[in-house]
Amino acid sequence: MLKVNNLSVNYGDTDVVSNLNLELAKDEILMLVGPTGCGKTTILQALAGLIPISSGDINLGQWRATPEKQIPPEKRHVGMVFQDFALFPHLTVEQNVAFRLADKQPADHWITLLGLDAFRQVKPSTLSGGQKQRVALARTLAHKPAFILLDEPLSNLDAALKDSLRWEIRDALKTAGVPAIWVTHDQEEALSVGDRVGILKNGKLEQLDTPETCFCEPASRFVARFLGEASFLPGELNPSDNSVKTALGTAPGIPVNNATGSVDLLVRPDDVSLILDDTGNGEIDWVRYEGCARFYAVKLDDGTLVKIRASHENKAEPGDRVKLVITTTHPLAVFQRQ
Amino acid sequence: MTGWSKSHVIAFLVALLALLPVGVLLELASGADTFFDSYNLKVLGNTLALMVLTALGATLIGVPLALLTAYVQLPFRRVWLIVLAAPLAMPSYIGAFTLYAAFGPGGEISNLIGFTTPSVNGLAGATLIMTLYTYPFVLLTTRASLCSLDASQINAARTLGMSLFASFWHVVLPRVKNGIAAGSLLAALYALSDFGTPAIMRLDTFTRVIYVEYNAFGLSQAAMLSLQLLVIVGLVLFLESRFSGTQERPGRPLALWPNRWQVSAMFLATVPVILLAIILPLFIFGFWLIREGSGNFDISYAWNSTYASILAAFVAVILAVPVAHAALNGKTGRIMERITYLGFGVPGIVMGTALVYLGLKLPFIYQTLALLVLAYVMRFLPLAVGTIRSTTESLDSSLIKAARVLGASPREAFVRITLPLTMRGMIAGAALVFLEAMRELPATLMLGPTGFETLATYLWRVYEAGYFGRAAIPGLLLVLMSALGLALMLHGERRADFDITKGSSR
Repeated sequence: MLKVNNLSVNYGDTDVVSNLNLELAKDEILMLVGPTGCGKTTILQALAGLIPISSGDINLGQWRATPEKQIPPEKRHVGMVFQDFALFPHLTVEQNVAFRLADKQPADHWITLLGLDAFRQVKPSTLSGGQKQRVALARTLAHKPAFILLDEPLSNLDAALKDSLRWEIRDALKTAGVPAIWVTHDQEEALSVGDRVGILKNGKLEQLDTPETCFCEPASRFVARFLGEASFLPGELNPSDNSVKTALGTAPGIPVNNATGSVDLLVRPDDVSLILDDTGNGEIDWVRYEGCARFYAVKLDDGTLVKIRASHENKAEPGDRVKLVITTTHPLAVFQRQ
Repeated sequence: MTGWSKSHVIAFLVALLALLPVGVLLELASGADTFFDSYNLKVLGNTLALMVLTALGATLIGVPLALLTAYVQLPFRRVWLIVLAAPLAMPSYIGAFTLYAAFGPGGEISNLIGFTTPSVNGLAGATLIMTLYTYPFVLLTTRASLCSLDASQINAARTLGMSLFASFWHVVLPRVKNGIAAGSLLAALYALSDFGTPAIMRLDTFTRVIYVEYNAFGLSQAAMLSLQLLVIVGLVLFLESRFSGTQERPGRPLALWPNRWQVSAMFLATVPVILLAIILPLFIFGFWLIREGSGNFDISYAWNSTYASILAAFVAVILAVPVAHAALNGKTGRIMERITYLGFGVPGIVMGTALVYLGLKLPFIYQTLALLVLAYVMRFLPLAVGTIRSTTESLDSSLIKAARVLGASPREAFVRITLPLTMRGMIAGAALVFLEAMRELPATLMLGPTGFETLATYLWRVYEAGYFGRAAIPGLLLVLMSALGLALMLHGERRADFDITKGSSR
């Protein structure tokens, strides 16, 4: 089992990753997500042994890497899928997949499973992006790593392909039964594919939990905003039943970090409903048509901007008066007002 | 990362080796009787005059030809460019030798048609030859700059009422002056370093006088002159480093469509250049071949050239790999790489002087092939480093990482990934070193073991003895080597889209 304790990496004087702790269960897929420059790729490189670590340790049972005792990448039983695929241009698909295999059987297995049989003898340069990524995945899995690192594996592919390949990769990882850490900057990818999600900010883990928990009970406003559209509604917390009274009604709440008194309630676009109403409690600021829904920004009379997604039958124009009501029954995250 | 990798250590040793000639010359020159005398002044004057006139001549021919090949949509554009760039690949002593033999009273032309032409010799002759073989430097650097300019400004100038030629002068040339300067400085450098042409033209420049001193056992004096020459070379190299290409963002270049008369006129204008630089030497060698047959040419000369050059190419590549790797891994490595480039700036005659002295100090290598190969390696190593570096540079670093995480050790990753992917650059580098070494004259003359005659040295003996006709076969073989060199450079240009000027000066 991969276990990372208090891992820090710095380049010169700047900490790129600080005090990272994580543990990977058997065949678990852990998504690491965060904005550009948050240290995602650095973590993968450190785990693979491609860059030295400055403190903490990485432990796989068979080996343990520390700043004093760096384990070279080839001794780590690690598999890595690169953003730019990193296929060897002078070798055929088959030679790439079986790069260091004495027994070619696993290579054949994965080539067939990932639908690459027709390309066995071709050089990577003639493949499309999606095919290249399958070859890279087959190569990694065929070498039977103890854990796999995926560095934004879909970022070089076009949108239509991303969706289907995402599931193919997940299925392949689950079939192989290997734990994996998958780095992405796409929060939708992170929430839908991962068993757990870790959100990084400036080299620190802000939260590490199941996708549902991260989305519904974010540990910070940063996590709340990063994982999806978020509006913060001012209100008062009632300590006896944790309900929050706001301008849009009362809703059940979950206080984050022991928030009390004056708080902000996290409202997602589908937690609220919108009714056209000449009196109402707010006014449409702008609207975006999304096909099956409309996405509105509503300026409440107290000045708060709330974003809401409503059925496309519900048509309102900027300037129209509307009435917003909290309709969700599940508890919403509550943050201390700043 | 602290500590030096293995490639850094080797690169460091190679860099030390490259500094060796300067050190040796400094020690040797301390024994010279005179530092600088009036004769010296004359030599300096001749050298500078040849340098300046060559740079000027090369610019006057090179810039118009650059405009022609860059902008005018001629039929067979690529052929034009190859033919016009071809003199670059020929060693100028071939031209000097044949033109000296062809012109003047008693020359081959007057023998053939009975019409006495003016002689080609002295400063005028040397300038003519040098210009003919160095204008391609200016042509290529200027053309590269021209091709990166966007046509919009010149079109704007013309719509504002300026004539085509005026807009070339006022709008285009000021923007490519760095390219022109870089090319003419390369031409100047070539004129400074070349030994064969001033020697055959009997013009007392540094290179010729160094050789005379060497033959008169005035090794210390030769070293003193060599150092003086190196100072001038250093100044030119310094100037050259100040002129890098254009900073403008590349755009769509101008295209001019000439009519048939204009094409014919341009063709006629380029004829004299090609006639003198390529056709006449070939004709003279061919004529001698028919008139005198093979002379007493011995196939062992060609074999000697090949053997020494193959050894040089082999050693150069082995040393270039760590230097190129070190250069791509941090600043110290880049400095070491820069130092190995010194050898390229050291004229062959100067390298020869330094190594002759080294040989006298270390008798076990004197008059051995090893010393000659060392001279070739030190002079032409940068050619191998350059090509290997550019292929290594394009090697994606994630490939090595991928191999490592798949379980390959650094050595295995090198053997299975880096080596096969950079093999191309190594072969190209070896070929460039081989072809340069085949044509090298002055260092070969000074360092070849006794009785070790190569194509270039045999040509030189024939010239000294006055049996010009015997030069046919070695001359034609050297031209063939030059053609191969040109083909290789063009091949590289097509693959990497870089200009031919890289890695070709003597």
